[in-house]
Amino acid sequence: MGSGSLVTLMLAALVFSAGGIAVSKFLTKGSTNLQKGQPYECGVPAAGSAWKQFNVGYYLFALIFLIFEVEMVFMFPWAVAVKQVGMLALIEILLFVFILFLGFLYAHKKGALKWM
Amino acid sequence: MLRLENISSFIHTSLSNHLSETSVLLLEMTIIALAAITLFALLGLILVLMERKVSAWIQIRLGPNRVGPKGIFQTAADTLKLVLKEGFVPDGADKFLYKLAPFVVMIIAMILLAPIAFAKNFAIWDLNIGVFFITAISSVSVIGILMAGWASNNQYSLLGAMRSGAQIISYEISAGMAILSIVVLTGSLQISDIVASQSNGWWLFKGHIPALIAFVIYIIAVTAETNRAPFDMAEAESELTGGFHTEYAGMRFALFFLAEYINIFIVCAIGATLFLGGWMPFHIGNWEAFNHIMDYIPSSIWFLSKTFFLIFVIMWFRWTFPRLRIDQLLQLEWKYLLPISLFNLLLITLIAIKGWHF
Repeated sequence: MGSGSLVTLMLAALVFSAGGIAVSKFLTKGSTNLQKGQPYECGVPAAGSAWKQFNVGYYLFALIFLIFEVEMVFMFPWAVAVKQVGMLALIEILLFVFILFLGFLYAHKKGALKWM
Repeated sequence: MLRLENISSFIHTSLSNHLSETSVLLLEMTIIALAAITLFALLGLILVLMERKVSAWIQIRLGPNRVGPKGIFQTAADTLKLVLKEGFVPDGADKFLYKLAPFVVMIIAMILLAPIAFAKNFAIWDLNIGVFFITAISSVSVIGILMAGWASNNQYSLLGAMRSGAQIISYEISAGMAILSIVVLTGSLQISDIVASQSNGWWLFKGHIPALIAFVIYIIAVTAETNRAPFDMAEAESELTGGFHTEYAGMRFALFFLAEYINIFIVCAIGATLFLGGWMPFHIGNWEAFNHIMDYIPSSIWFLSKTFFLIFVIMWFRWTFPRLRIDQLLQLEWKYLLPISLFNLLLITLIAIKGWHF
């Protein structure tokens, strides 16, 4: 099977999920009351909306992640070619990793990896 | 003897004899879709039961034992219960994203099945960038989780989703490095090539200590990526009730739950393929008699037993280690695992270039 299988699997997942939800909707009887739609907060009324500011730490980690993820994308073609290129590949990747590692050390020094 | 490796070619030839090309393609697509759905449902039923039985066994209690003999129909009864629950959307929620999130998570879990080699010559699509495809697609699932947490408009959900997002993206790097180290040794991204390269021994044994380190890093990283204990910060019950799916009920919750278990199966299947030889039988050197007996066991059984062994190990973790705090969790990745896995990758490159592996 070629790329058509991906479409097939996507459709299968869609049918499976939508079918499950539809069957459940068909079988159950809904009821409404004032409290039911409230967000869950251990029994007390919810203290405001959840759509507000959150810890900047998550954002910083996502930024550093981006650098390393892109590095990894570059490394996949390199990894395939390593055996043919030989020693030169190792030296080049050493340089590449060294430069990235400097950036990582900078982020570390600036306290981006520290949880407040 | 009916073996999984012959089924796909048998179906293809017998269909091609009678029908035109397009109808064969359509029929095969239907078969694949049905097989994938069946596999999903079966895996969900088996893994949830296995989880409960393994936990019971580790904690010296009985576990589910009422529904059916030894409780084997417990998860079927649970599924029935979940279907009969009303699934409603909370008042303040972002309705579109709230309804979309389970679909995203499910579709991604399903697509990840495509390149996995379940037996000899038996994969849905053995594409030439197999492991890269897995790394790329599995990182999309974090969007579904963030979507669910954000759309619920619940503070527990938002916190759970944020933690889960930070954790998944962090540990993905280490998992990727571990995968890369095997790619370096093999020189190919295709799953069938990676399995074929292990015909004379699994990489875990052939690659010396660095391969062992990569394997350990991979197991730690995927445990964190699938939000399993001891890294279950995303839904730490005592802090965040249900994490990102606090507001989900009924079938939508069941979909998240199912996708979580399918993801565990997929990462363990990839781990088994990369490090434990996939469907390759276990051989010892030149011991012909032993190797011959091992060859007689079907390849699908080898693959499934390796995968389920890894799943068992991950379940074992849950009852062995206490839960980490979020800052400890991120520290473990960024200050220890990442430098170690980078260094390990360079070491493996040296081994691969010098040909020091067996």
